[in-house]
Amino acid sequence: MMRTFKAFAVIAAMIVMAACSNQQEAAAPATTTVTPGSVADFRQNVGDRVFFDTDMSVIREDGRQTLNRQAEWLKKYTQYQITIEGHCDERGTREYNFALGERRANAAKQYLVAQGIPAARIKTISFGKENPDPPGSDEAAWARNRRDVTALQ
Amino acid sequence: MMLPRRSTILGGAALAAGAAAVPARAQLTIDMTRPTFEPVPIAIVDFAGDRVGADIANVVRNDLQNSGLFRSLPPSSFIQRDVNASTPPRFPEWRQIGAAGVVVGQVGQAGGNIKVDFRLWDVVVGQQAAGLSFTSQPANWRRLAHIIADAIYKRVTGEEGYFDTRIAYVAESGPGNARVKRIAIMDQDGANNRYITDGRTLAVTPRFSPTLQEIVYMAFGENRSTPPRVYLQNVDSGRRELLGNFPGMSFAPRFSPDGTKVVMSIAADGRTNIYEMDVRGRAQRQLTNSSAIDTSPCFSNDGTQIVFNSDRGGSQQLYVMSASGGGERRISFGEGRYATPVWSPRGDWIAFTKISGGSFGIGVMRTDGGGERMLASGFLVEGPTWAPNGRVLAYFRQQPSSAGRTGAVTLHQVDITGRFERQIPTPTDASDPAWSPLIPQ
Repeated sequence: MMRTFKAFAVIAAMIVMAACSNQQEAAAPATTTVTPGSVADFRQNVGDRVFFDTDMSVIREDGRQTLNRQAEWLKKYTQYQITIEGHCDERGTREYNFALGERRANAAKQYLVAQGIPAARIKTISFGKENPDPPGSDEAAWARNRRDVTALQ
Repeated sequence: MMLPRRSTILGGAALAAGAAAVPARAQLTIDMTRPTFEPVPIAIVDFAGDRVGADIANVVRNDLQNSGLFRSLPPSSFIQRDVNASTPPRFPEWRQIGAAGVVVGQVGQAGGNIKVDFRLWDVVVGQQAAGLSFTSQPANWRRLAHIIADAIYKRVTGEEGYFDTRIAYVAESGPGNARVKRIAIMDQDGANNRYITDGRTLAVTPRFSPTLQEIVYMAFGENRSTPPRVYLQNVDSGRRELLGNFPGMSFAPRFSPDGTKVVMSIAADGRTNIYEMDVRGRAQRQLTNSSAIDTSPCFSNDGTQIVFNSDRGGSQQLYVMSASGGGERRISFGEGRYATPVWSPRGDWIAFTKISGGSFGIGVMRTDGGGERMLASGFLVEGPTWAPNGRVLAYFRQQPSSAGRTGAVTLHQVDITGRFERQIPTPTDASDPAWSPLIPQ
């Protein structure tokens, strides 16, 4: 009996975490022991992705916070060039989504430039709906697929 | 490659004899535009004279049956077993099993080539309805079979056939987050499948040139930060070249009906506009200039206009403009978003993808936007392409992914009435079908 209850408790906790995952992405995650200035540092302590509403390319408040942290970090670690990858969920047509992903990538680029990052450091590319992360056909997966990912070079 | 040569077989005695007593309405015809009709029952006898004759008959049966307009009677039901290509069949024995038409053929040798004669007999009126003779290399036997099926289709429906064609598509494999997408080309019936790109980089949206010699498609670079671009590739040699060197990404390419131009989208600085490129001289010209997303351009059948989708009015809708740019006007006004317009090769309809109420549909509307009709729908259906006769469409269908399993992606065809829909078999998951014109003979 106890085991069964335990299993239920774990599932309940996971559901709660999934429900607030967007906010968790937006807030600065807990500091870990990665090397400051490394790619792992950027991913874990700054956040490499921002999320969008359906068919939109407007940077949301949670995305602005992430991009503000990215701008601060990039000003500190000037050895990096970046590529902003724009992605879409699967609920649009392939060709339109290439364009929408480019528009999303460009929106983040413009925001970073406004925060003082030179445009010459930033490339943009769109993967449309070709590269879902995570793959899935529910609202939770689609919300995470409507994203920009900032990759360091 | 030696292409099939054709000549007409004259009807002979049977034609002359049958001409006397033709009923007012023969049943070996079908009006596809009528709201209801029964598939035409047709008996296709194994062609005589060579082992390949049975294979040819099988391909013809399969083509006609898959059109939804014919019902191929099983050979086991045939009463007359001694039918041959040069004398009329015993019509009562074919009427007895309900056949409206009988197809007979003969395969012979002609100096290293095969010679195939076939006749279509109208069982109802008791006369020859069609007869043709072809000579070709033995390796072309499947094409001969498709050409024969096209001749039967044309004689019965009054429409050009579409069986001697190919379909280019995107072959998909692997898990959803690391999908391999490569361009493949196969015969319309799924035979002779081959891969045109190696799968090292993602390649999508293939489209044929009018001669089938070349395809254009979009492919990503080896380096993840290199923008995807449009490539032009010779189908037989495999030689490929970048089509234009634009600063941003280029995608959504499509040939003009005469093959001299390619239209495509260029995305840069958050804007996506439509450009035209001259295939030989490589001169490029911008056709739209908006701050919106203008993409999926497609020429009209006569090459004078271009239909595309744009979100310039707030949501994704269809617009038509002059092929030289300008005169843009919206043509879609229904509920939902409209995408991927393709102009019928006959010029009468524009097919599209529609996203509405959480599901996807494939539909057609007249070129002025009127007469909208949906032909297929589902969780995700996308990317219609016309068979060359403008009476059949192919598109792709994706099932929802669940529990980490990528949903199946499959090719389908549907006739313009929406009555007859079927899956087109492919060796792997498949998307982005592009139906070729008839293969030049």
